[in-house]
Amino acid sequence: MSILVYTESENGKLKKAALEVVSYAKAVADQMGTTVTAVAVNADNTETLGNYGASKVLLVKDESLNVFNAQKYAAILEGAAKTEGAKVVVVSASANSKYVAPLLAVGLDAGYVSNVVEAPSSVSPFTVKHSAFTNKAFANTEITTEVKIVGISNNSFGLVESGGSASVEDFSPSIPDSGVTVESVDKATDKVSIADAEIVVSGGRGLKGPENWGMIEELAEVLGAATACSKPVSDLGWRPHGEHVGQTGKPVASNLYIAVGISGAIQHLAGINSSKVKVVINTDPEAPFFKAADYGVVGDAFEVVPKLIEKLKAFKAANA
Amino acid sequence: MKILVCISHVPDTTSKINFTDGDTKFDTNGVQYVINPNDEFGLTRAMWFKEKQGASVDVVNVGGAETEPTLRKALAIGADTAIRVNTPATDGYAVAKQLAKVVNDGGYDLVIAGRESIDYNGTMVPGMLAAMVNANFVTNCISLEVDGTNAKAVREIDGGKETVSTSLPLVIGGQKGLVEESDLRIPNMRGIMMARKKPLNVVEPTDANAETKVVSFEKPAPKGAVKLVDADNIDELVNLLHNEAKVI
Ligand SMILES: Cc1cc2nc3c(=O)[nH]c(=O)nc-3n(C[C@H](O)[C@H](O)[C@H](O)COP(=O)(O)OP(=O)(O)OC[C@H]3O[C@@H](n4cnc5c(N)ncnc54)[C@H](O)[C@@H]3O)c2cc1C
Ligand SMILES: Nc1ncnc2c1ncn2[C@@H]1O[C@H](COP(=O)(O)O)[C@@H](O)[C@H]1O
Repeated sequence: MSILVYTESENGKLKKAALEVVSYAKAVADQMGTTVTAVAVNADNTETLGNYGASKVLLVKDESLNVFNAQKYAAILEGAAKTEGAKVVVVSASANSKYVAPLLAVGLDAGYVSNVVEAPSSVSPFTVKHSAFTNKAFANTEITTEVKIVGISNNSFGLVESGGSASVEDFSPSIPDSGVTVESVDKATDKVSIADAEIVVSGGRGLKGPENWGMIEELAEVLGAATACSKPVSDLGWRPHGEHVGQTGKPVASNLYIAVGISGAIQHLAGINSSKVKVVINTDPEAPFFKAADYGVVGDAFEVVPKLIEKLKAFKAANA
Repeated sequence: MKILVCISHVPDTTSKINFTDGDTKFDTNGVQYVINPNDEFGLTRAMWFKEKQGASVDVVNVGGAETEPTLRKALAIGADTAIRVNTPATDGYAVAKQLAKVVNDGGYDLVIAGRESIDYNGTMVPGMLAAMVNANFVTNCISLEVDGTNAKAVREIDGGKETVSTSLPLVIGGQKGLVEESDLRIPNMRGIMMARKKPLNVVEPTDANAETKVVSFEKPAPKGAVKLVDADNIDELVNLLHNEAKVI
């Protein structure tokens, strides 16, 4: 018996979320008196997972799996869970993990809880805390099946280095054909995605029009951040739909969220609330966002943002 | 084509979330219920298939009698028949199990569900359902076209999108993009009148055990007051983010 964890990679490189899920799995393994086995597909440098708590890595090498396929990946994880006799499987909150986990849950007859924010409060019964009502609340949920799947929220647990080492074994499970074929992928490779970002810079209707997004993009670039927007901004076509965050858009769980010209409507806040530190820049001191933020500047975005960019550049130069 | 749209009945997005019975139950007091926003996009796309390509559109909810007004609203938007599986929605697995029976009994070609429900945010029902009925599955779906038994879908991925080809039977987890916000249908008077005469079939549940159980709810810890920084003193903001919040 071990704790199985799915460590995601892109172009061979392990994602930061992979290190976080392994750190989490290690905490669960310690609670249950067992070890962590990681499953990776076409990833390089998987030995580094040892440093975050994996004792063993099952590495699948297969060119045809370079493009993610939920059904095939579910079969890999199912095969690994069965080989290892895993009682707990840990996945992330990425779009791919959320795609594969329900398929895996049926394959393993496992109960699945997503958006988990802490290590289990108890392993017997197995109880985890997760966000619900789009971050307006939390639920403590018991998983009652023998095998359990836990999906953890981004940046909720953090990276914990344990200084161990992992043995890497080749793993070649049988992989079924899939009825879903990826024809093309359209992805900006030079930009940080909202899901992976530690910092997100978001703009609202207060920015007046799409022509004013240059400074938002520049601010994001200085910070190595992803860009996002409020719902009306994407509905108006000022920004692509993929940037819409909030209750009906993408959730944001970054370390820092900077909201520029966003009023802070309940639906917006619900989706970004689990970000750790929130900064608001808004001309209206009565804007509801000030009640939800950690730091605020009452001021005109067109003056404050360029100043912030300048100060951050100076800060970066001084700390380089 | 036979289409089934899964409708989850959820608190309106403006709802204040409170709990009762020692924080073990969601407090429905004063809460307005709506069609889950992701399902609304799916339902509108289903109406497009019905009108442009010819399809029948049924809607289904797993839940108690209190969800019927939500199903009637879906009928008023244009669905042909509503089905309510008469059992409380205990967890994602149990709901998927009930839906799987409806899908198998009804021989649906295309099942349109939402990417996630905004109450429990499980992001699990559509995938579990697809696995249970051996259908193809595409989630975070922002575009769907069907030609005979072939389908083309676009899926939102982290940082972009991908186009996939697949075939019926198919389950999708849909979201905004399937249709635009401005194309969402609002029930009109005629739709509401017609909905009263459309069938809303109540079916008894099959055996399905939940795999998870909510023990208690919690609200987030109250937030401390915001620290205001003067617009002429942005150095201070950088300093706070670096030294106090330690995020840059
Ligand atoms: C069912 C439903 C679901 C929804 N889901 C979402 C969701 O997921 N995400 C979401 O974001 N919204 C969502 N909304 C919409 C939400 O209710 C708000 O309408 C929306 O968030 C407002 O966007 P905004 O803050 O950009 O615009 P506004 O509310 O117009 O706010 C603009 C803000 O900019 C400030 N401002 C103006 N000029 C300047 C300036 N020069 N400098 C600085 N500040 C300035 C103003 O003071 C104001 O506070 C949803 C609504 C519904 C009904
Ligand atoms: N009780 C239910 N009845 C019918 N469909 C449901 C129910 N619960 C969830 N669904 C469908 O599954 C989708 C995802 O829900 P969830 O897995 O709970 O996030 C929803 O958008 C609905 O389409």
